[in-house]
Amino acid sequence: MESALVLVIGVMVAAGVYLMLASNLLCYLFGLILLSNAANLVIFVAGRLTRAVPPLIPKGQEAPLEPVANALPQAMILTAIVIGFGLLAFTLALVVACYRELGTIDSDHMRLAEPPPKRGEH
Amino acid sequence: MDTEVHSGDQPPTGWGERIWSLALLAFPLGVTLWLLSLIGPVREHAPLVFGVSWVPSLGVELNFLIDGLSLLFGLLVSGVGFFVALYAKFYLRGHPLIQRFFFYLFLFMLGMLGLVLAGNLITLFVFWEITTIASYLLIGFNHEKASARRSALQALLITAVGGLALLAGLLLLGMVVGSYNFVEVLAARDKVHSHALYLPILILVLIGAFTKSAQLPFHFWLPNAMAAPTPVSAYLHSATMVKAGIYLLARMYPVLGGSEAWLLTLNIVGAVTAVIAAILAMRQTDLKLALAYTTVVALGILIMFLGSEASVAIAAAITFILVHSFYKAALFMVVGIIDHQTGTREITALGGLGKRLPITFVIAAAAGFSMAGFPPFLGFIGKELKYEGALAIAEEPTFVAWAAVFANALMVAIAATVALRPFWGRLPEKLQSVREASPGLWISPLVMALLGLTFGLAPALIADTLVGPAVTATMGREESVSLKLWHGINLPLVMSITTFALGVLAFYLQPQIRAFLNWIAKWLPANSDTQWDRGLDLFKRGAALHTRHLQHGILKHYLAAVFAVASVLLLWGLMRSGGFDMAVNWERLTVKEWAAMALVFAGSLVAICTRTPLTAICSLGGMGVGIALIFLFFGAPDVAITQLLVETLFLVLIALTLHRLPHATEVSGTGFRFVDALLAVSVGTTVSLTILAVLQQPLISPTKEYFELAAVPEAFGRNIVNVILVDFRALDTFGEVVVVLVAAVGAAALLRRKLKPRVSLADTKKEQT
Repeated sequence: MESALVLVIGVMVAAGVYLMLASNLLCYLFGLILLSNAANLVIFVAGRLTRAVPPLIPKGQEAPLEPVANALPQAMILTAIVIGFGLLAFTLALVVACYRELGTIDSDHMRLAEPPPKRGEH
Repeated sequence: MDTEVHSGDQPPTGWGERIWSLALLAFPLGVTLWLLSLIGPVREHAPLVFGVSWVPSLGVELNFLIDGLSLLFGLLVSGVGFFVALYAKFYLRGHPLIQRFFFYLFLFMLGMLGLVLAGNLITLFVFWEITTIASYLLIGFNHEKASARRSALQALLITAVGGLALLAGLLLLGMVVGSYNFVEVLAARDKVHSHALYLPILILVLIGAFTKSAQLPFHFWLPNAMAAPTPVSAYLHSATMVKAGIYLLARMYPVLGGSEAWLLTLNIVGAVTAVIAAILAMRQTDLKLALAYTTVVALGILIMFLGSEASVAIAAAITFILVHSFYKAALFMVVGIIDHQTGTREITALGGLGKRLPITFVIAAAAGFSMAGFPPFLGFIGKELKYEGALAIAEEPTFVAWAAVFANALMVAIAATVALRPFWGRLPEKLQSVREASPGLWISPLVMALLGLTFGLAPALIADTLVGPAVTATMGREESVSLKLWHGINLPLVMSITTFALGVLAFYLQPQIRAFLNWIAKWLPANSDTQWDRGLDLFKRGAALHTRHLQHGILKHYLAAVFAVASVLLLWGLMRSGGFDMAVNWERLTVKEWAAMALVFAGSLVAICTRTPLTAICSLGGMGVGIALIFLFFGAPDVAITQLLVETLFLVLIALTLHRLPHATEVSGTGFRFVDALLAVSVGTTVSLTILAVLQQPLISPTKEYFELAAVPEAFGRNIVNVILVDFRALDTFGEVVVVLVAAVGAAALLRRKLKPRVSLADTKKEQT
């Protein structure tokens, strides 16, 4: 049952990369969302899928009685989701600031730091 | 012509200058006396080793080794250094930057001493680089002049590139031997010679030595280095630094020497360098430049002699190192005096100075005779030995003997030109008022010239004390050397007489020879120096070109490069780890699971196809819900809740921001981008294949069991995921909080700035066209 999810991840990565390669920064941002979600799913699949119960320990027990889902990837994904949120929010703020300063959200037109070479110049 | 002359009204010397010059005099004097006191012990039980641990984890020590060879070079560095410092003190008196000069000279002296006394490969290299840097600073000392800066940079680049090659060679050598210590390295001859890396090591070490010692085709930096003040030329570019390459080869002789490659390379490179530099020297009219080229000749001869297995050739090389240091330092200082007193070094503008500068004349004559190899000077002994050595080598390649005779004949002519021509003939009108230099200037060259005479008359003084032990250390076996003035009538003497005859002839014909050489030079397409400029220019153009193509400033191309490289590396790793033999596992999914995956699938597709941002946001929302459902169905309810919350929060944020971006009503106006799509699909495929390959491996996760068993007894929690987050990996969670906080602070700072657009869209568009 992992294979179906792997296929979905591949589609997400491809869509994310395609969007990130656009010159529109909003598209870039959407691509980043797709890519970070895909990364979370990769971690999830790498810990193996199971329809088993969540990793909880019943009252009065020292350890889970039946096989439970792998808890470590879940903890990692939780961290990753939150950090991803921080990253995306900061990127969004950058896009807004870029627009305010440069008047465009087209990255092809943001050539202030590395201006295109003038003709006849090395 | 450059004149770093500061005679006339001299400002009073400051305290800093006095302290520096005193330190600079006391240091080499102390070292000289210390090394002289070691002559006995070294002869009795060489080598003496002492040092401290430096980088113990790498097996690197800061240790020093003193045997006959390092003792000889150490004495030259400190002894000649003392007299050069004394000379410089008077030569540059009143120069505004004299303290800086003394500091550079001190740094160089320290580096050079460390280099010749180093007890292991790493120490040797570190000091080698110090001499390179100090020499750069000294050549560029007259930094207002563009030519001085250029020469300094040229010397730095050439010797530093050689230094890098040397470093590689020394590290390989250390690896092969298993130790960086000279004691072990020098004893590992058989091991190194039979190793597959012998040839690479030899080539790298030779590049280091040839660049430092100005061998063809790296010779041109040395004459250019004459941009330095004359005391520097006398010291660095005759007596010491350029001999570092010679020292290196002599030091490496026991371990690297003796092979066919070694003998032939050294013979050919040395002979060619000596002959060509001798011809080039004949062209010069600047006394200092002529001397500089004869230095290249001398270095070539030394290299040539190190390419021999005969002990007499090595003895010749060692003796010639001494001879050359004395006469060349003396002659450079004499040229400095002439420059100082008359303001010119052009041979055509000088003449008849013998009456005006009698003491300088005597010194010049003594040094010149030693250089030309007249008896009873040390130069004569050196030359006889040279011919004996050349004949010993010449049993195989006869060109060595021819090269030695030819180069020496021209040396005789140059010696006469430099040491005699300025002093005889008619005194030009302009030079009528020239006076003899102060004793401070002529005492140092006088001592140098006297040493050449003393050791010539009493060669026994140095035969057993300095030359013998040095030859022993170089050859790696016990050798005794006898130096004599009179050997009887033999082949070397005949060669000597031939040399004199040729030399005198060349001296008388020098103007004609010079004119002839200049005529030839006109027809040559380019010399090494212009080639150097061309090469440097090409290098800069190349840098500009590749910067233009790699650092083009277009974000999406940078990203494309990153994705492409990542994907290629992943594929390469996959192929190396067993290819694409992976089972696909289509175990039945329930309807609701299919539905969740379909939601994610559809959300991603809509996001790339839509043109309006709002649709994209909605489709991404759908995708987020799908992912949350997947988490829920496969045993991760906590993750599902978080995913749902964060996803919703962020999409609301974007939606709220949209009204601030009025240009963003259309997101993909450019249409379908085929190349991007191809790259995107290949990255996606690579990622999928990689995960499939990962899933092929069995999951061995002791942590899973550990967390399950330890959650209750150790952390008193029943939700294992929560326990991991807040207990077992609490520090990670803390880091996560910090990241979010930093992002929040950054975003707030970005958004609070209320500035007018510095560059409008119209401006950037104008710039592009």
